[in-house]
Amino acid sequence: MINVLFFAELQEAAGSEKVDVEADGLSVNELKTRLKSTFDLANLDNAMTAVNEEYSNEDTMLKSGDIVAFIPPVSGG
Amino acid sequence: MDKKVWLTQEPIDPNNCIEKVTRNEAGAVNTFIGTVREFTKGKRTLFLEYQSYVPMAEKKLAQIADEIEEKWGNTDTAIAHRIGRLEITDIAVVIAVSTPHRADAFEASRYAIERIKEIVPIWKKEHWEDGTQWIGDQKENTSYDKKIPSEEEMYND
Repeated sequence: MINVLFFAELQEAAGSEKVDVEADGLSVNELKTRLKSTFDLANLDNAMTAVNEEYSNEDTMLKSGDIVAFIPPVSGG
Repeated sequence: MDKKVWLTQEPIDPNNCIEKVTRNEAGAVNTFIGTVREFTKGKRTLFLEYQSYVPMAEKKLAQIADEIEEKWGNTDTAIAHRIGRLEITDIAVVIAVSTPHRADAFEASRYAIERIKEIVPIWKKEHWEDGTQWIGDQKENTSYDKKIPSEEEMYND
């Protein structure tokens, strides 16, 4: 099971802060495709992805227990 | 609090950051304070909300402090960022950098705030007079076309 976190506008689009997805062995890119089929996440492709709190690539492979966070363009400061 | 970089829901006291970096070897402590602005291009903000991915944000703030040490050497950096609801003029972020000489302290503080706007997962929601909007990419020069931050944005040099 992969824990998926949404923030900012993606959280509002998904209607949830956190979902668990059966996605062991999928790549980040494949997870995104799966999420887009379930949720209305038009801006998902504008987000960066973090796996276990580090920025990752589209082809990073996921394993059970990973925390995947989608990070829309940041605006701190 | 022992942490030198942190997120908080409470008002930030800039002295807190200054005290954390004050030391015998430093001849300069530069402090940057970011506050909530009422008008942006004529549009009135009523209040702001900051949201964060807290554990990752604290890691990335610590990374920025490490980058400053690598770039300038003999530095000490403290950064506090507030999250939750902020009113006009409230302090959103405080950065304090101490260095032996002033030029480095100025440059490093500037570097810290620019890096926050690139890599730290914190988001600002504007509550305008006429609606709300999540603000992204304040720097307006970060490309998300490639769907991931560039190596430079992630780790810098």
